[in-house]
Amino acid sequence: MSRQRKVALVGNPNAGKSALFNALTGARQKIANYPGVTVERKSGRCVLPTGESVEMTDLPGSYGLDSTSPDEEVTSKVIRGDFPGEAQPDVLVVVLDASNIEQHLVFAQEVIALGKPTAVALNMIDLAERDGLVLDSAVLAEELGVPVIPTVAVRRKGLAELGKAIAAAATSERDHGLAPLTLTERRVAAHAMADAAILSESSRHRLHARLDRLLLNPWLGPVILFALLFVVFQAVFAWATPFAEALEAGVSWLSTAVVAAAPPGLLRDLVTEGILAGVGSVVVFLPQIVILFAFILAMEATGYMARAAFLMDRMMASVGLSGRSFIPLLSSFACAIPGIMATRSIADPRDRLTTILIAPLMTCSARLPVYAVIIAAFIPNSNVGGGIGLQGLVLFVLYVAGILGAMLVALVLRRSLTKGAASGFIMELPKYQLPRLKDLAIGLWQRAWIFLRRAGTIIFMVTIVLWLMLSFPRAGPGEDQIDASIAGKLANGLAVVVEPIGFNRDMALALIPAMAAREVAVSSLATTYAVAAEDEEQAALALGDQLKAHWSLPMALAFLAWFVFAPQCLSTIAVARRETNGWKWPAFMLLYLFALAYVFAGLTYRLALAAGL
Amino acid sequence: MTLDLLPTGKRARITAVDWSRMASEEAKRLQALGLEEGARVAVSHRGVFGGRDPLALMIGRMSVAIRRAHAAAMQVEEL
Repeated sequence: MSRQRKVALVGNPNAGKSALFNALTGARQKIANYPGVTVERKSGRCVLPTGESVEMTDLPGSYGLDSTSPDEEVTSKVIRGDFPGEAQPDVLVVVLDASNIEQHLVFAQEVIALGKPTAVALNMIDLAERDGLVLDSAVLAEELGVPVIPTVAVRRKGLAELGKAIAAAATSERDHGLAPLTLTERRVAAHAMADAAILSESSRHRLHARLDRLLLNPWLGPVILFALLFVVFQAVFAWATPFAEALEAGVSWLSTAVVAAAPPGLLRDLVTEGILAGVGSVVVFLPQIVILFAFILAMEATGYMARAAFLMDRMMASVGLSGRSFIPLLSSFACAIPGIMATRSIADPRDRLTTILIAPLMTCSARLPVYAVIIAAFIPNSNVGGGIGLQGLVLFVLYVAGILGAMLVALVLRRSLTKGAASGFIMELPKYQLPRLKDLAIGLWQRAWIFLRRAGTIIFMVTIVLWLMLSFPRAGPGEDQIDASIAGKLANGLAVVVEPIGFNRDMALALIPAMAAREVAVSSLATTYAVAAEDEEQAALALGDQLKAHWSLPMALAFLAWFVFAPQCLSTIAVARRETNGWKWPAFMLLYLFALAYVFAGLTYRLALAAGL
Repeated sequence: MTLDLLPTGKRARITAVDWSRMASEEAKRLQALGLEEGARVAVSHRGVFGGRDPLALMIGRMSVAIRRAHAAAMQVEEL
C-alpha cells in the first residue's frame, strides 16, 4: 500500500452527514478551508475494519452536481477530481436520509452515475422506523448497483458494516455506472426505487409534525422563539458565573505565586501586569462563550434553527431580507467570521451583501467580555421581578440594540446601495432530532479551541506590545507612568476626538488594540490599570473595582453603546474583503460602523448625564 | 387555483409552473427540492402573527419553506 486512500462523504443537506463523519472519525478532526475559497474543509482519520487507515473528508451538503452556490461547487468539483490542489477521492460514500429517500436518491443517482467506487449509507434508519417506515436496503442496492448499508450515526450502528463496504469498494473496479439521466428522469426513477424499497408505511402520527404544529404556530411559535432567546442570554450570565469566578481565582493565584517566586523587576511586571492581567482577563470569559455556542449548536443539531428562520422570514422581509439571513446573523452572535461565511447559502447577491454588511452589528462573543466586565462593575445585581436579573436585562437590551441597528441599516441599504427586486425564501425544514451529546461536545470543543488559540496568539501579542508601549519610556520621579509612555501620548491625542462622547484617556487607549480583537479592550484596560497602580495592593484590585474608581456611570454606558456598533475586528474585515472580492465594501462597513458608534455613544452619554445618572 | 390559495392541510398536485415569474437560480432551487410539475404537495403551515407569508409545504416526507410570491406561480389541482 503506497499512500493513504481518500474517502469522501457526499449527500443532500440534512442527511446526517456530519454526525456520520463524527462517528467514523471520532474527535480528531482537522478543520481548514479549501484553497482559494472560504468553504470549510473537514477531514479526519478513519480506521476500517480491515485495519487500513483512510483519510475521510466531509463534503458540503448539496442537491446536485449542477451547483447553485459556492458550497455546492466545491462538492461537485472535488468528486469529479476538478478541484485544484485537492486529490480526487478514491471512494465516495453517499449518505441518504432513510426517511426521505425519494428526495435524496435524486442526487445519489447522479453521484453513482459517475462510476467511481461508491457505497451508500442509508442513514437515520431509526428515525424512519419511528415514522413507521420499513425499508429493504437489499432492494435499493439492487436498483443502484452499489452496496447499501443501513446506519444510525448517532447510535454508532452499522459503522463496521459501512467500513467493510468502503474497504471492498476501494479494491473493486466498478465498470457499470448508471446512464446519466436528466433531473426529471432521476426524480421519476427515485420515486420508483423508493416505492420498491419501502416495504410498508404506516400513517403513524409523526412526532415532528406535532412539534411543528406547536413551534411553527403563527402566534405561539414566535413567542416561544423569543422566550428561548431570552433564556439563552440569561443563561449566559447566570450559569457561567461560578466557572468564571473559579478561572478568575486561578489567574490571581498564579499572579500572586509569580510575585512571590520571582525577584521584582521588569520581567516579573511583564508576566503579572502584561500577560496575566491581559490574557487572563479574556480567558475568564470562556464559560460564557461556551454556553452561547452550546445553545447555537443545539438549535442547529435539533433542526430548530430552520424553524427559527421560517418564523423570522416575515420580519426579515420587512427590511428587504429573507429568513435565510437569520442563520448567518444568529451565528454572528457567536462570531461574525463564521456568520459572514455562512452567507454563502444566500442565493441572491444583493441579499447576501446586505447580510455581510450588517453581520458585525450582531453582538459577537468577543464583545461579551467587554459587556460582562462593565455590567458587572456598574449595574447592580438586583432583581427586577419574576426572577429576572437587572444585569441580564441590560445585556439583553444591548443585544436588542444591535439587532435594531442592523434592521435599520438593512432597510436603508436595501433602498439605496443594494437596491433590487426582493428575493425569495426557499429552504428545507429538516426533521427534528435529538442530537448526541458527544457530537455537540466536539463542535463546542472546536469553537472553544479557536477562542483559546486567539487568546494565546493575537491577544497574547497585542497585550505584550501594549504593555511595552505603556511601560516605556519609564516615568521620571513624580511623573505618572501612563502619561510618560508612548501609548499614553497616543491616547492623549485620541482622547481629544472621543472626549465629546464622554470617553477618558484610558478608554481611548483601549479602543486602539480593540481593533485587533474586541475582547482586547478588556485586557488592555486591565493592563493599563495594573501598570498605573501605585502599589501591589492596588494592582491586585479586580478590574471591576478599578473601573468603578476611574469611570462614572454615564461614561460606562457610553462605552457599552460604542461597543454595540464598534467597528469589527481586523479578521472580520479580512473575511468581508475575501467574500466581497475587494476593499470597497469592507471600507464602507468600517466607515458606517465608526459613524454609528460615535453618534450613539455620544447620545448615550448626553442622555445619561441629562437623566442625572 | 394557485398553490398560495390552497387551504392549509389540503393535498394537491402541481399542474403547471410559470418559471418566468422567478429568477432562474430560484427556479433551479425549487426544482432541486422537487417542486415542479407533477409533484404532490400540501400546505402544512402558513404565516406568522396572522400574516400569510411564508408557507411550509410537505413534499413527500420533506418539509420545505417558500414564499407566497413563488407559490402564486404554481397552478395546482386539489386531490
